[in-house]
Amino acid sequence: MTITASATRVELLSPAGWSPVCDWDLLVPGRGVAVLLPDGRQAAVFRDGNDRLYAVDNRDPFTGAYVLSRGLIGSTPDGRVYVASPLLKQRFDLLTGECLDDEDVRIAVHTARAA
Amino acid sequence: MTTTKPTLLLVGYGMVGHRFLEALADTGAAERYRVVVLAEEPRPAYDRVGLTSYFSGRSADDLLLAEEGFTDRHGFEVHLSSPAVSLDPAARTVTTAAGHTLSYDTLVLATGSYPFVPPVDGRDAEGCFVYRTIEDLQAIESYAAGARVGAVVGGGLLGLEAAGALKGLGLETHVVEFAPRLMPVQVDDAGGAALRRTIESMGVVVHTGIGTKAITVAEGRAVGMSFTDDSELATDLVVFSAGVRPRDQLAREAGLTVGERGGIAIDEHCRTSDPHVFAIGECALAVDGRVYGLVAPGYEMAVSVAQQLAEQAAQPFTGADLSTKLKLLGVDVASFGDAFGSTPGSLDVVYSDSRSGVYKKLVVTGEGALLGGILVGDASAYATLRPLAGSGRPLPVPAESLVLPAGADTAVSLGSSALPDEAVVCSCNNVTKGTIRAAVTDHQCTTVPEVKKCTRAGTNCGSCVKLLGTIVADELEAGGVEVDRGLCPCFAHTRAELYEIVLVKRIPTHRQLLAEHGRAPEGSEGCEVCKPTVASIIASLAPELEASGHILDGEQSALQDTNDHFLANLQKNGSYSVVPRIPGGEITPDKLIVIGEVAKEFGLYTKITGGQRIDLFGASVDQLPMIWSRLVAAGFESGHAYGKSLRTVKSCVGSTWCRYGVQDSVAMAIQLELRYRGLRSPHKLKSAVSGCARECAEARGKDFGVIATTNGWNLYVGGNGGATPRHADLLAQDLDDEQLVRLIDRFLMFYIRTADRLERTSTWLERIEGGLDHVREVVVEDSLGIADELETLMARHIGDYQDEWAATLADPDRMRRFVSFVNAPGVPDPSIRFVPERDQVKPDLVLLATEEQLLAALDPDNAPFPAARILEEAR
Ligand SMILES: Cc1cc2nc3c(=O)[nH]c(=O)nc-3n(C[C@H](O)[C@H](O)[C@H](O)COP(=O)(O)OP(=O)(O)OC[C@H]3O[C@@H](n4cnc5c(N)ncnc54)[C@H](O)[C@@H]3O)c2cc1C
Ligand code: SF4
Ligand code: FES
Repeated sequence: MTITASATRVELLSPAGWSPVCDWDLLVPGRGVAVLLPDGRQAAVFRDGNDRLYAVDNRDPFTGAYVLSRGLIGSTPDGRVYVASPLLKQRFDLLTGECLDDEDVRIAVHTARAA
Repeated sequence: MTTTKPTLLLVGYGMVGHRFLEALADTGAAERYRVVVLAEEPRPAYDRVGLTSYFSGRSADDLLLAEEGFTDRHGFEVHLSSPAVSLDPAARTVTTAAGHTLSYDTLVLATGSYPFVPPVDGRDAEGCFVYRTIEDLQAIESYAAGARVGAVVGGGLLGLEAAGALKGLGLETHVVEFAPRLMPVQVDDAGGAALRRTIESMGVVVHTGIGTKAITVAEGRAVGMSFTDDSELATDLVVFSAGVRPRDQLAREAGLTVGERGGIAIDEHCRTSDPHVFAIGECALAVDGRVYGLVAPGYEMAVSVAQQLAEQAAQPFTGADLSTKLKLLGVDVASFGDAFGSTPGSLDVVYSDSRSGVYKKLVVTGEGALLGGILVGDASAYATLRPLAGSGRPLPVPAESLVLPAGADTAVSLGSSALPDEAVVCSCNNVTKGTIRAAVTDHQCTTVPEVKKCTRAGTNCGSCVKLLGTIVADELEAGGVEVDRGLCPCFAHTRAELYEIVLVKRIPTHRQLLAEHGRAPEGSEGCEVCKPTVASIIASLAPELEASGHILDGEQSALQDTNDHFLANLQKNGSYSVVPRIPGGEITPDKLIVIGEVAKEFGLYTKITGGQRIDLFGASVDQLPMIWSRLVAAGFESGHAYGKSLRTVKSCVGSTWCRYGVQDSVAMAIQLELRYRGLRSPHKLKSAVSGCARECAEARGKDFGVIATTNGWNLYVGGNGGATPRHADLLAQDLDDEQLVRLIDRFLMFYIRTADRLERTSTWLERIEGGLDHVREVVVEDSLGIADELETLMARHIGDYQDEWAATLADPDRMRRFVSFVNAPGVPDPSIRFVPERDQVKPDLVLLATEEQLLAALDPDNAPFPAARILEEAR
C-alpha cells in the first residue's frame, strides 16, 4: 500500500500501543473494515455518515463469527449509532458496546483515532 | 374399533359438511365423539361456490376446502366414494352402497341437493349435462372440445355462470329461460333487462319466456332443442341448470318428515323428526318453510349443530338473508333484503342507464328506512347498503343520492360509520360490524388479515373485505391506535410510497431521501432496514435516475447488506458461498468441469441447489475475486444468489427431449432468465417453465411460472414454496412468446413498484386491494394506463444490465474491499477454518466458540503475539 504524506491515518490502540489501520479516505462513510490486532484479536472500525470514528470487537457474540465489521451502521431515533450484525441482525451500540436487543450482551469497545 | 366415545356419523361431505367438521374442531365437540364421515364423491369437500374457476385454471386440488392433514389431525374417519343408501332410525344404523352397516349415536345429514332436470324427451342423450360437481365440469370440458354450439337451460344465477363457462370454452352460447327475464329470483324486470343487454353485448344469445319441449337426438347424441313456441335451435351440447332439489331420499325412505316439495324438515335447532338425526345445508327444510340454496345459511346450521354437540349455547336457525352479490360474465349483480318491494307501503327509488347497463333500485319505507334493493352493472354500494336493509333506521342521506352514479353532483356513498353495530357486514359468515369492532378493541387485532382470522369475516366470497378494511381502519383511528405502516423508524412511508417518491422526485441517494422525506432527526444514519431497501429501489430505477447501476458504486456501496457488498452469500462462520448463473439449468460439460476444478482448487463445499444450479461454499472474502476471475473467464456470470433479485428460471427438458412436451421449455426458461437477471426487487424472485401440463418444473410454486399448452403458454403468478406454500394463480392463458414476455415485464415492474419490503409476490397478491383481479386488470387490461411505463422501465433495466462480477473485477476501486483485514491485505482470516465431513468440508464452529479458542489455535507454539509477526510481514 502506498501512503501519501498528506493522508490522514487511522490508528487503533491495543496493548502493544497505537497500530496503523488504514488511510482515512479508505473508510466508506456508513461502513466498517476489519483490523487484525497484534495479539491476534480482531477489531471492527467504522466511519459513520457524519465522519465519526468507532472501533469495537469484530466478533459477533451471538454466532462466534468474526463479522461485525461487515454489518450495516444505523442510528436509533434518539441518536445512538449502532452496527447490526450481518448474521442474525442484533444491534450493538458503537460507543458503549451494548447490545440493543439483549441487555445481557455487550462487546468490547476499542479506542481509535484519526491522526 | 372399540371406543367409549359415542359415534357421530356425518353423511355427505360437501361444503356444509366440511364447515360442520371445522366447527366440531373449533368448539371442542370433536373430542367428545368418534366422528365418521360418509362421502359420495371421490374427493373431500371442495369449493362448489367457486366451481367455475376450474375452467380458469384452478385444479380439483386447488378447490379442496380442507388444508392438508385436516381430517387426520382431528381423527375424523372419512370414507370417500361411499354413499349411504339406507337409514334405519330405530336401529340407529346406516348402510353404504358397498353393503357396510354403521351404527351411530348421532347422525347428521348434509347431503346437499341435486340438479333438477325437467322431464323432457332426450334429456339422457349424450351431450346433455348438469353443473354441480367437478366430474360434471370435466365431462363438459372434454365434450366441448368437439362441439361448436352450447345451450344452457335456465337463466338463473347458476345458468348464467354455466353460460359464461361455455363461452369461455369457445362455444357459441345460448341461454334459455322460461321466465320473462333473466335471474327471475333475484332481480325485477328492469334489472333483468339491464343484465340481458350487457350479457348479449358479450355475444351470449338470450331467449326468455320460452320453455324447452324436447332435446332432438340423433344417433344417441343431442343435436338440437325444440321450444314451447315451436321454435328450434341446433346445438351440440346442453347444460341443464333449472334449479336444484334437496337430496332427502335417505330421510324420506326412513320415514323422517320431509316437506311437500322436498327437503328434510328440521326445527330451529336443525333436528329432524327423529331426535338422533340432524339435517343441515341444502337438504334441509328450515322452520320458515324454505330450503336455502346458498352456502351461508348452511354454514349457520352447521355451526349451530356443532355448538349443541359441544353443549354450548347455540344460535337457533330460523331463517336467513338471501342477499347475493356476484359477478356474472363480468357483470356485477346484487340483490338484497326486500328486493321486490313486497312490504306494504314500500317505495322504489330507481336509477337506470340502459347504455351502460346500469340499473339500481332501492326499496324504502315511507319514512325513508332501507328495506332492500337490486343493483345491476355497478354493485359497489352493496357492502354498505345490505347491512342497513331492514335495520328500521332512516337512511342518513336521501335514497336518491345513493343510486346516482359516482361523479354526479349529488351522488353520495356511505362510509362504514353509517352502519349500526348489529349490521351484518359479512353475510357468508354472519359477522356483524360490532364483532369486527370488538376484534380490534378487545382482541388487539390491527390488520385485516388478523381480523379475518379472529372473526372469519371475509373468508368466503370476499365481497365484504373492502368494507371490513374501512371498519378496521376507522376503529383503529378512533381507538387512538397509531398504525405505523412506516418502513422503519427512519421513514413513515411504506416501501411502495418511497418507490413513488424516488421515481417522481428523482432522488438518487438514500441520504437525500432521508433528509427530505425521513422522520428521523437530522444527521441520522438511517438503519439496516431502510438502507438496503432504498438501495434496491434506487438500483431498480438506476437508469431513470441516471445513477450508476452497479451496486458497489458511490453511496450504494455503503447501503448494501454484506451479501450485496461482497456479491456473495454470508454463511454462519463468516465465509461466503458463490453461485454462478446457469440459465434454465442448462450447462455444458466443459463448464461443469470448470466449476469442479474451481471448487477443488479453493477447497469449496459443493451442493446442487433447488433452483438447478451449483452452490460453492466456504470462500473467504479475499478468495472471492480469484474464484470469480476463473469463473468469468470460463463464461460464467453472477447468479445474484446474494441479492433480492431474480434467482433462477428452472425448466424441464420440454419438447426437445420429452415425449410429452408441447413447447421448448428450456429455450423459454433461458430467455426469461437472461431477460430478468440482475433485476432488483422487494424480495427474491423465482420462476420456472414446464413443457406441458404435467408440470415437472413445478412452475406453480414460483413467483411467476410458465406452463406450455398446445397453443402457447399459460402464465401463473404469486406461487411460493417454503414455509407458506401457495399455488400460483393463472394470470393469462395461451400466450405466444411475445405476449408472454410482455405480461411478465409488466407484472414484475408492477410488483416492484407496489410491494412492501420483503414481501414475496404471494403475500403481495393476497394483500393488495382487489387481489388477483386487480393485478389482472392492471397487467393484462391496462386499467391504470401504466402498461407502457412499466414496459419502458423494464426495457431500460434490460438495456442497462451488466454482469456485476465482471464489472467488479475490472475496477481496482471496487476490488479494494475484498480483503479480510484492511491493515493486512493478503492475510487470510484465521477464524475461517474447516473440518472434514462426508469427503468435503464444513465450518469449524468449535474454533468460534470463544475468543480464547481462536487465539490458542492461532499459534501452536503459543508464542505471545503470533499476529504481530504476520502484521510485520504484511507491511
Ligand atoms: C356452480 C355453482 C355455483 C354456486 N355459487 C354459489 C354462490 O355464489 N353463493 C352461494 O351461496 N351458493 C352458491 N352455490 C350453492 C352452494 O354450492 C351450495 O349452497 C352448497 O354447496 C351447499 O352445501 P351442502 O354441503 O349442503 O351441499 P353440497 O355441497 O352439494 O354437498 C353435499 C354432499 O353430499 C354428498 N351426498 C349426497 N347424498 C349422499 C349420500 N347418500 N351419502 C353420502 N354422501 C352423499 C354429495 O355427493 C355432496 O358431496 C353454487 C353452486 C354451484 C353448483
Ligand atoms: S412438464 Fe411435460 S414436457 Fe416437461 S418434462 Fe414433464 S412431462 Fe415432459
Ligand atoms: S360476505 Fe362473503 S366473505 Fe364476507
